[in-house]
Formats: sequence, structure tokens, C-alpha cells
Amino acid sequence: MKKDFLTRRKLLTGGAITLGGLALTGCDGLSASPDFRSFLRTGEALTFSAQRALMLHQPLAREFSERDISPIFKANGTKNPNTPAYNALAAGNFANWRLRIDGLVERPLTLSLAELRALPSRTQITRHDCVEGWSAIGKWRGAQLGPLLQSAGLKPNARFAVMHCADNYAGGPDMYYESIDLIDGFHPQTILAYALNGQPLDIAHGAPLRLRVERQLGYKQAKYLMRIEMVERLDGFGRGKGGYWEDRGYEWYAGI
Amino acid sequence: MTMQPAREVIYRHTRIVRIAHWINALCFLLLLLSGLQIFNAHPHLYWGQAGANFDTPWLSLPAFPDLITLPSHRDLAAGRNWHFFFAWLLVINGLVYIAMSLLNRHFARDILPERDELKPRHLWQEIVHHAQFKRITGPAAKRYNTLQKLAYVAVIFLLFPLIVLTGLTMSPGFNAIAPVFLDIFGGRQSARSLHFIAANLLVAFLIIHLVEVVVAGAWNEIHSMITGKFVVPPTTPEPQP
Repeated sequence: MKKDFLTRRKLLTGGAITLGGLALTGCDGLSASPDFRSFLRTGEALTFSAQRALMLHQPLAREFSERDISPIFKANGTKNPNTPAYNALAAGNFANWRLRIDGLVERPLTLSLAELRALPSRTQITRHDCVEGWSAIGKWRGAQLGPLLQSAGLKPNARFAVMHCADNYAGGPDMYYESIDLIDGFHPQTILAYALNGQPLDIAHGAPLRLRVERQLGYKQAKYLMRIEMVERLDGFGRGKGGYWEDRGYEWYAGI
Repeated sequence: MTMQPAREVIYRHTRIVRIAHWINALCFLLLLLSGLQIFNAHPHLYWGQAGANFDTPWLSLPAFPDLITLPSHRDLAAGRNWHFFFAWLLVINGLVYIAMSLLNRHFARDILPERDELKPRHLWQEIVHHAQFKRITGPAAKRYNTLQKLAYVAVIFLLFPLIVLTGLTMSPGFNAIAPVFLDIFGGRQSARSLHFIAANLLVAFLIIHLVEVVVAGAWNEIHSMITGKFVVPPTTPEPQP
């Protein structure tokens, strides 16, 4: 009962704030109000539920042909982590780089780039959609995440894969990170990509390894992967919203 | 009021039409303003599947001014929150309106033009009449005129479905669910361009709509969309009380 009451009150308050705000001060005050933003974000919850309900059969993102590949694939976000640790790895052509898969798994894994390349690979020509509105098509090659998670053996309470990255965007104090759930984690097109357009992934595009989760927007495609941590909850990372941009107001489910 | 001769008052708009109209008006306004915020993040439009900074846009605009974006400062994340909330409200409201209007025959009775109304001679008469900005009076004012019906048909059955579906076709999740829309619209960037064009056409409709409300009698029209009651403009000027 108490919960229902609070929800209704929240709805009514939201509605009243909408009308009052529109009439008086416009919408900027509303945008700044955390309560109102969470009210608006019921739209995100609806989108997530609706899309996931229609994705039960795990449909694939469209794959394109070689001639659709964009002549120049725009690099966005961090274009070079440029930290001493990363620069040292890059100088050695990432021979000393290791990917760790740990957290809520039975057998934590440590993989070199050569070991990842030796795994069965998937090649896919897909469209990358930036939240800003532009798109670019590229050919990605990498190891599927699902079989890797299987060989690590998920514990029953593992619900999310958190991607820890080597970059701190714009030199800020916070390291880039991202997270996906197991539905995307085990999707056949969800790969850890080490090659773009037939070339080893370059630094601007996320060397040595980046995530491709093809049914979501660009900021989910975490670059400079260092560690994949399986977790039950996301509130212990960053500001608790499940990703660098999520912590800055963007949707965790970036399917639209 | 009581001294006036009997005025003919009709019940013009059902409750469902009135509620749907105002929800739609609110949604459209907020979707437009938040849409301009989203557009400003990359104010270039392309045709085809892909388009980024190195491709040739068919349209590049300077950013829309703060005065008409929601929020007014540059905040794509908040703009998207506004846009998707009111997109859902617009779609749910639109589906309820369409279902009810099919059930109660609102479309058949009021919105769809009759065969006679579509004859060129009749259409030409209406175009001339509109060009003179004359208020429609008497029995003719009790129903929508043909140009008005055609405009509503275009907005309800063409522009709103187009803007919703092109919006969805920009969603990578929806693309996986229903890839056929990528083929129908010619790719994600084409869908984005068509979304922008549809928004412009809806703004053009809105401007004409508001001008016509003034021509037809702003108070009477707005009042009728709130209470449902519409005073039929008399054919001869009313005597002053």
C-alpha cells in the first residue's frame, strides 16, 4: 500500500510540476530537478521493456556488405588514453596486455591478445550509431563474449558484465566503464573486437580490444578493454548508473 | 447574454477528441523543442544507411538557438529524456484516439471527405474561399470543410505515423526487431532525414491550423475544444444586445 501511495503521489506531483513549470518558468527548472528527471525516465523503462519483449528470439542487428563500409570510420570519445600504463602497453604492441574476466565466475580467466585471436572468431559488418545522430559502417572481427563467459562459468547471481577500460575520458578523474546484461552478453553479435576493416584495431578505435554490442548506441561499445567483471549489481561502480555516460544522464539501455 | 436571440450551439467535439487533442498538442510542442536539442548534437542530415562527419550531408544547419530547444542549454541526455517520454505519451494517446475514432465512427462521419467533396469544382471553390480568409457561417460551419478534412487525414494517417516510424527506425534495437523499416525508409540516416522533414511539415500544419483558428473565431474554437460546445457563426450579423 505504502509503495502504491508513493508512486501515485510521485505521478501526481510530476503532472502538477509539468503544468506549473510550463506555465511559470519553462522547462529548464524541471530538467534540473532529479525527481522530474526520474519521472521522465519512465519513458526509458517503457522502451527497455517493449524492446526486450520483442527481442525474445534474439534477432540480429543488420549486417551489411563490403561495399557499404564507410570510407572513414569516425573515432569518437577518447582517441588515445595516453596514460603511462597504456602507453607502455602500446609501445610493446600490446604483447604484455592481458584481459581479465573475473568477479562472479567459477574460473577467472586471463587472456593475451594472441590467445583471443586464436579463439573462434566472428566477422560482422555492422552500423555504429552515435547518440549524437551520425552513423558509420565497419567490419569488425573478434571473439564472441558468450562462449568466454561460459568457459569462465557464471555464478548463479551474476547478472551484468562490467567493462573496465584503460581511458579516463577528457582527462577527468573517472575511468571509462560500461555494463551490459546477460541477454546482450550472450547475443551472437556481442564480440570482443580486435580488428576493424581487416586491420588490427588502432588506438583511436580502442586498441587492443573493444566491445561490440550491436543493438545499442555507440557509447556502449567500450574501448580499451582491460577487465570484464561479472557482478550482481551496478551501484558499486562510478556513480552507480552502470557506465561513464550513464552516470552523466544517458540511458543505461541505449537501444534507441 | 439572456437578451440575445437564440444562438445555435452544437456539441462539436466528443470528450475523447478533446482530451486527445490537448495531450497531442502538449506532446507535439515538447517533442519539437527536445527534438531540436537532439538535432543540435549533429546538425547535418544524410541519405542512406550511414553518415558521419566525413560524408556529404544534403543539409547542414547552424544549431537552433537556445530559445527554442529543450532544455535551453546544450544537454543531449536531458533532451533525450524529454523526447522519449513524450514520444511514448504521443503514441499511446494516438493509438487510443485512432481506436476510439474507428469504434465511434468519428473518422467515417467527420474526418474522411465524401465523394462529392473531392470533385475538382468543389475543391476549387473551397480554395478560393480559403484564400479570402472568410469565416464559414451557418450550416456549413457545423462540419469540417474538405480542405480541413484532407489536412487532418494527412496529419493523422500520414505525418504522425511517418514521424513515429522514422523515429523508431533510428533505434538500433528496433532495427534488429523490424529490419524491414530500414528498407522502407532507405536506411537509418534516411529515416533521420525523413523524421526531420515530417517534423517541418507538422510545424507547417500547426501554423496553418492556428491561423485558421483565428479566422474561424479563436475564442469559439478554443472554447469548443475545451467544453465541446460550439456556437455556429450566424449567416447574418447578430443584433447587438
